[in-house]
Amino acid sequence: MSGLWPIFKREFVAYFATPLAYVFIVIFLFAMGAFTFYIGNFYQNGVADLSVFFAYHPWLYLFLVPAIAMRLWAEERRSGTIELLLTLPVPVWASVVGKYLAAWAFTGIALLLTFPIWLTVNYLGNPDNGVILAGYVGSFLMAGGYLAIGAAISAATSNQVIAFVVSVVVCFLFTISGAPLVLNFVRAIAPMPIVTAISSFSFLTHFGAISTGVIDLRDVIFFVTLIALFLAINIVLIDLKKAS
Amino acid sequence: MIEVEGLTKQFGPFAAVAGIDLRVGRGEVLGFLGPNGAGKSTTMKMITGYLSATCGRVRICGHDIETQTIAAQRQIGYLPEGAPAYGDMTPRSFLNFIAEIRGFVGAAARTHIERAIANTELDPVLEQPIETLSKGFKRRVGLAQAILHDPPVLIMDEPTDGLDPNQKHAVRRLIRDMAPQKAIIVSTHLLEEVEAICTRAVIIDRGRIVADGTPSELLTRSRHHNAVSLLLPTDQAELARARLKSMNDVISVEQTTRPDGLSMLTAFPRQGALLIEDVSALVMAEHWDVRELYAEPGRLEDVFRAVTTHDAARARAQASGAGA
Repeated sequence: MSGLWPIFKREFVAYFATPLAYVFIVIFLFAMGAFTFYIGNFYQNGVADLSVFFAYHPWLYLFLVPAIAMRLWAEERRSGTIELLLTLPVPVWASVVGKYLAAWAFTGIALLLTFPIWLTVNYLGNPDNGVILAGYVGSFLMAGGYLAIGAAISAATSNQVIAFVVSVVVCFLFTISGAPLVLNFVRAIAPMPIVTAISSFSFLTHFGAISTGVIDLRDVIFFVTLIALFLAINIVLIDLKKAS
Repeated sequence: MIEVEGLTKQFGPFAAVAGIDLRVGRGEVLGFLGPNGAGKSTTMKMITGYLSATCGRVRICGHDIETQTIAAQRQIGYLPEGAPAYGDMTPRSFLNFIAEIRGFVGAAARTHIERAIANTELDPVLEQPIETLSKGFKRRVGLAQAILHDPPVLIMDEPTDGLDPNQKHAVRRLIRDMAPQKAIIVSTHLLEEVEAICTRAVIIDRGRIVADGTPSELLTRSRHHNAVSLLLPTDQAELARARLKSMNDVISVEQTTRPDGLSMLTAFPRQGALLIEDVSALVMAEHWDVRELYAEPGRLEDVFRAVTTHDAARARAQASGAGA
């Protein structure tokens, strides 16, 4: 009765009312295929698994998910519908979570539509489908993480381009925070515990762990708490705008 | 049903709204007037819970908008400035969404939606995306959304902006019909709208209330209140003007010469004086060839300009008057 469900439904349907959904899905699937087959050399590897497929997910999400997230709040602000939404008898958290879940469900559908590659690998060999399932779960969680970051940033501006660019940068930092490039730099200026903390924020590390087939509770908790944290930031940002 | 006390909104050092007190009860239609940037929309945004007040409080049917936001918002129908709506939706799907979010299901939802559609005459465009609609239809979609749940409190920011005269008339009739059961606040730039539908007019300027009363009370503050105008041939006008000026209750006489050989004389009375009887007696006695003779109830425009013209503008007007 909180209004979350109608908001979710409206938002989800809205994706398919414009070309946005179809353009996004086509580009997503095309890019997934291109990365897997041409850059990842899926066939030449001669291994019946989807590790090359999943390896490129973080990099694709890095650009595609902020494209979905940028309009979430910036568009409402620009068109003035945010005033309508926030004066309906719905708590702010329900609007934030409803819109977020709709966007996440949409990325979930795009992800599910990659199923032909799963059929392909099963046709060609005998892959471990448990590992593949774990990969999909991890990929979905990771998309949710990027989306929560992008949604919170979108709430801070009415300009979609700014929302997109800032989201890509922040998501990039979260993606590579475990890479030597970042850690070597941090090591030079910060004590070890901070280095460890920063490296533990890495999407690559957590997603990598899950996509090997080990759904470790800690990796799941990492993504879930990250999503919760950024949704909370999102709610606070919307509330702050009421006061300013 | 609407209680506003000391409502203030500070944007940095700038006070957009500076201590507004209002009480609007059932059956009242309050016209909210003021120049652009006077704080009308900001006040409405705070009353409906879109913006938080810097200080002061708002209660809607007894619910505080800050602490019991949802309970208060349930009682409000709100048409925001510019009537925003989701452009990719059709009016029907948009109203379905609003009905669902307001907690109506099944037959109750259908009844409320149908009634809102009938009241705003949205039938012809129900299945077109809102972004393709004309300004008038968009405004009516916003209205339909605001009245859908038959709220006891209705707040509308320029409900007739962008409508043609027929549509304006229809919206005003709708507001008048709903008025007895509701407390309504309407902001507008159209002074004739206030006289047409409002039981009370509040003029705000730079965030403060500068006039508050029934339209007829405000009219008594107009310099045209009880002024008498007469239309007569220009060659008689000089004499008539002098005779009018010599009357006890007349402060001043203005003359407008028209190209058709006639002149309009307007005699302004002293505060509270009635001129029409004396002037018509004078006309009879002098046998002037008067074509029109009437007393004015007053003009809201006078009151509006008198109370909202800023000091700077007033000083400029005086300076240019002195130079001429």
